[in-house]
Amino acid sequence: MTELMPAEGVFSLIWLLIALPLAGAAVLLFGGRRTNAWGPYLGILTVSASAVLGWIMLVAMMGNSPEERTFDQTLFTWVSVGDFQANMAFQLDQLSMVFVLLITTVGGLIHIYSLGYMSHDRDRRKFFGFLNLFVGAMLILVLANNYLLLYVGWEGVGLASYLLIGFWQYKPSAAAAAKKAFVINRVGDVGLSLAIMLMFITFGSISFQDVFGSAGEASEGTLNAIGLLLLLAAAGKSAQFPLQAWLLDAMEGPTPVSALIHAATMVTAGVYLIARSNAIFNLAEIAALTVVIVGVVTMFMGAIIGSAKDDIKKSLAGSTMSQIGYMITAVGLGPVGYVFGIFHLLTHGVFKAGLFLGAGSVMHGMNDNVNMRRYGAIRTVMFITFITFAAGWLSIMGIPPFSGFWSKDEIIHAAFEQNTLTGILLIIGAGITGFYMTRMFIMTFLGKARWEEDVHPHESPKVMTIPLIILALGSVFLGMALLFWGNIETWLEPVVGYESKEAPISTGVAIALGLLAVGIGVLIAYLQYQRKPIPVEAPHGSWLTRAAREELYGNQVNDALVVTPTLVAAKAATAVDEKGIDGVVNGSAAFVGALSGRLRRYQTGFARSYALSMVGGAVLVILALILVGAS
Amino acid sequence: MIAPLADTATDVNVGEQIVFWVTAILSVAGALGMVLSRKAVHSALWLALTMINLAILYVANSAPFLGMVQVIVYTGAVMMLFLFVLMVVGVDSSDSLIETIKGQRLASIVFVLGVGILLVWGIGNSMVETSSVGLDAANAEHGGHIEGIANVLFTQYLLVFELVAAVLITAAMGAMVLAHRERWTPRPSQRDLARARFTDGGHPGNLPNPGVYARHNAVDTPALLPDGGTSDISVPGPVRARGDERSFDRVDIEEVRAISEGETTLPEEGRE
Amino acid sequence: MNPENYIILSAILFTIGSLGVLIRRNAIVVFMSVELMLNAANLAFVAFARINGNLDGQAVAFFVMVVAAAEVVVGLAIIVTIFRTRRSASIDEPNLLKY
Repeated sequence: MTELMPAEGVFSLIWLLIALPLAGAAVLLFGGRRTNAWGPYLGILTVSASAVLGWIMLVAMMGNSPEERTFDQTLFTWVSVGDFQANMAFQLDQLSMVFVLLITTVGGLIHIYSLGYMSHDRDRRKFFGFLNLFVGAMLILVLANNYLLLYVGWEGVGLASYLLIGFWQYKPSAAAAAKKAFVINRVGDVGLSLAIMLMFITFGSISFQDVFGSAGEASEGTLNAIGLLLLLAAAGKSAQFPLQAWLLDAMEGPTPVSALIHAATMVTAGVYLIARSNAIFNLAEIAALTVVIVGVVTMFMGAIIGSAKDDIKKSLAGSTMSQIGYMITAVGLGPVGYVFGIFHLLTHGVFKAGLFLGAGSVMHGMNDNVNMRRYGAIRTVMFITFITFAAGWLSIMGIPPFSGFWSKDEIIHAAFEQNTLTGILLIIGAGITGFYMTRMFIMTFLGKARWEEDVHPHESPKVMTIPLIILALGSVFLGMALLFWGNIETWLEPVVGYESKEAPISTGVAIALGLLAVGIGVLIAYLQYQRKPIPVEAPHGSWLTRAAREELYGNQVNDALVVTPTLVAAKAATAVDEKGIDGVVNGSAAFVGALSGRLRRYQTGFARSYALSMVGGAVLVILALILVGAS
Repeated sequence: MIAPLADTATDVNVGEQIVFWVTAILSVAGALGMVLSRKAVHSALWLALTMINLAILYVANSAPFLGMVQVIVYTGAVMMLFLFVLMVVGVDSSDSLIETIKGQRLASIVFVLGVGILLVWGIGNSMVETSSVGLDAANAEHGGHIEGIANVLFTQYLLVFELVAAVLITAAMGAMVLAHRERWTPRPSQRDLARARFTDGGHPGNLPNPGVYARHNAVDTPALLPDGGTSDISVPGPVRARGDERSFDRVDIEEVRAISEGETTLPEEGRE
Repeated sequence: MNPENYIILSAILFTIGSLGVLIRRNAIVVFMSVELMLNAANLAFVAFARINGNLDGQAVAFFVMVVAAAEVVVGLAIIVTIFRTRRSASIDEPNLLKY
C-alpha cells in the first residue's frame, strides 16, 4: 500500500468537494418556493465549483510523485463503539480523483443541459435539488476512506435515484419504476452491509487501509464470501445479472436523470466498489471468476435487449447494461483489467452521457416521443445533435481513433491475456454493439422521415447543445488523451495495481478481430435498416427479438421466483392470522361472550331470586362447616 | 313473677318448661301466621304475637330489661310504624299467592328446609349436655341486673353505643330525605291562579243563575236567554249529571205572565 | 331445662323468617320477615348470655334492636318512596336493574 499523505494545501478542501453539492441540495430542498427563481443556477454553480476544485486538485496531485498521491482527511470520529470505530474521513487518491472529475464534470454538463431540458417543468427547483443530492452522495461514495462511509454514499445514491426516477410521480409507471429500482437496489445493499459486517468480524476494522493491509491474513473462503457479497452489491447498483431488471424501467425518469444514472454516477458505483476492493478480489479466485461470468452474461443480455427495443432510451439503457458488463468483466480479470475497466468507465461516462443527452435533444424536438420507428431523417433538422450523436455512436462501437476504441480494445486485449474464451465472447459482444448502435443511428437520423402528423422537429437551444458539443469532443479525444498523454495505466497503478501478461494473439490481431466483428454488425444493421424501408409498426420478429423486447423475461423471472412466492406467503400468513390466530382470539371472546349472555339471564332483577341464591350459598356454607367440624 | 323462675335456671324447672313450651308454640305459630297470611295487616298482627312471646322468653332467660325493650321498641314502636306504613300503602290489598318467578317457591322451600335441618342438626350435635352458668354472679357483681347491663353498655361497649346513636340520627335524616317530596315548580301565587282561570276560556264571573220564576225557585230550571232559548250552564253541574234538569216549559211562562198580570187562577189544565 | 331448646327455637324462627323473605312479594311483609330473623338471632344471643354467664350477649342483643329500629325507619321510607312512584308495594315490581 502506498503511504497516506496528510491533506494539506488545496487538499485540505476535500470535504468541500462534497459539501458544495450537498449544501446546494439543502438550500434547494429546504428553501422551498422562495428559491424557485435562482435555485437551478445555484445547483449548477455548486457542482461546477466542485468540478473546478477537482481539476485544481488534479493539477496539484500531478505535481506529487506517484507514491505521494494518496491524501487522507479525517474530519471527526463518527461512530465509536467498543472496538468498532468509523471516522468521517475522506481519502483522495488517483482512483477517487478520476471519479471525482467524471462525476463533477459530466454531472455539471448534465446540470447545464437540464436547464434547457427542464425549462418548462414546474418543479424545476426540486429537480435540481435532487440532482445535487445525487452528485453529493456519489462523491461521498468515491471519497470515503472506509466502507461504512461508502455505504452512506451508496444509500444516498439509491435514495436520490429513487427520487429522480420517480420525479414525474404522477405517472403510475414512473412511481412503479422508482419503487422497483429502490427495492432491487435494496437486495444489493443487503450484500454490501453483510460484506461490511464480515469484514469487521474478520479484520476488526472497516477502513480501506486496514482491510486491504491485512487481506492476506484471512482465509480464502472468507475472502471469497466477502467478494461474492460485494459482487451482489455491485450487481444491484450497476444493474448486472441477476439484478438488472430496474435499469430499463428507470428510463421513466427525465432524460438528464438517465444520463446521470448511466454515465457518471449510480451504475459506475459497482465498478468502483470492485476496483477499490481489488486487494480482496486478487486473493479470491472464485469471486473474481464469478465477477467475470456475471459481467459477460450481462454484456450479452444488455446487447440483445438493446438490439430489439424500439424505444430509443430503453435501447440506450440496454447498451449501458452491456457496456457496464464490459467494465465488470474487466475488473473481474484481476490486475490485467482493473485499469482498463476504469478507463472504459471514464470514456463510457463521457460518450454515453453525450448519447443520452443527444437522445433527449431528439425527444425534445419530437414532442417527447421515444419510438424510433416514428423518427428518421432527423439529420436534416438537428445538425448539431446529429454530429454529436455520431461521435458518440462511433466511440461506443470502438472505431479508431474515437475514445471507445482505446478503452474497449484494451479490455479485449486484457481478456485475451487472462482467458481466450472471455476475449472471444467480448469480441462477439463488440459486434452486437456495432449492430444495435448502427440500427439506432440509422433509425433516428438517416432514412426517410416517419414522423407523426403534428411533429415539427427543431434544433435544441444552446444551453442544451453546448454540453452536447463538449461531450462529443470528449467522445473523440478523451481516449487518446488519457492513454497517450495521461498514461492511465501508470496513473492508476499505485491504487489498483497493473500487470501485463503474454497474450495468445498479438495486439494487432485483437484489434483487427474486434473491428471485423464491429464491421459485420454495422453491415447487418445497414442491410436491415438502411436498404429496406422501416415499418412504422414493429414486425412480429423472431423468438429472440420477442424475448429481447420482453427484456429477456427478466421481469417474468423475478415475478415467478420472488414476487409471486412472496405474495403467496403473505396471503398464507394473512390467512393464518385471520383464520387461525384471530379465530382463536375471537373464538375465545365469542365463547366468553356467549357464556356471559347465558349467565346474565340469572341477573333477573328480582331481589327474591338474589336472596334465594344467598340462602343456597348459606346452605352450602353451613354444610361445609358441619362436615369440617364433624371430621 | 317470672323473673325469679329464671334465676334458678341450672336446675330442671317445671315452671320454666311450661313457659318455654307455651311461648315457643305461640311464637312459631305467630311466625308461620305472619308468613302465610294473605293480608299484610294480619301478618303484622301475627308478628306482634311472636314478638310478645319472644319478650316473655327474654325475661325467662334472665333478661328482663331486654324483654321490656322488646315490648316497647318492637311491639310498640316498630310494629306501630309497620302498621302506619301499611295504612299509607293501602290496607285492603291482599296479596295474590300465585308465584310469578318460576321455581322460586319450590327452591325456596327446599333451601329453607335445608337451612333449618342443618341448623337444628348442627346445634343438636354441638350442644348436647350443655348447662347454663346463669347470670346470678354477673348481676351481683354490680349490684343488680340493670346495673350490670349499664356497666357493660357504658364501659366496654361505649364506642359502639355512640356509633349506634349516630346510626339512629342518620337513619332519621335518611327517612326524612327519602320521604320528602321535592316541589319541581314554584308554588302558584294568587296572580297565577287568576290568570289560569281566565286564559283557558272558562267563564270569568259567576255562572248564570238558573231560571227563577215567582212560582218556585228551582235550581233545576234553566235560565232563559234573550232569544227565547235556554242556557245549559245555568243549571248546576251535579244536577245536570244526574239528569234532573227540567226541560223548558212554555206553560210555566204563561203561568208567570198570568201571575204578573194579577190573574190568580191557575190554568191547571195546561199542566200535565 | 336444657338451654339447647332456646337455640333450636331460635333456629326455627330464623328459618321461618327466611322462608317469608323468599316467598312473599309484599315488601312490607318481607320486611317483617327480616325483623323476625333479627329477633330470632336476638333470642340466641340472650340464651347464650345465660349459658355463658355474662351480659355481653344481652348488650349485643340491645344493639341489634337499635340498629333494627334504624333499619326499619329507612327501609319503610324507601318502601313509601317506591310506592309513591309505582303505586305498588310488590318487591318484584322494581326489577329494571337486570340484564
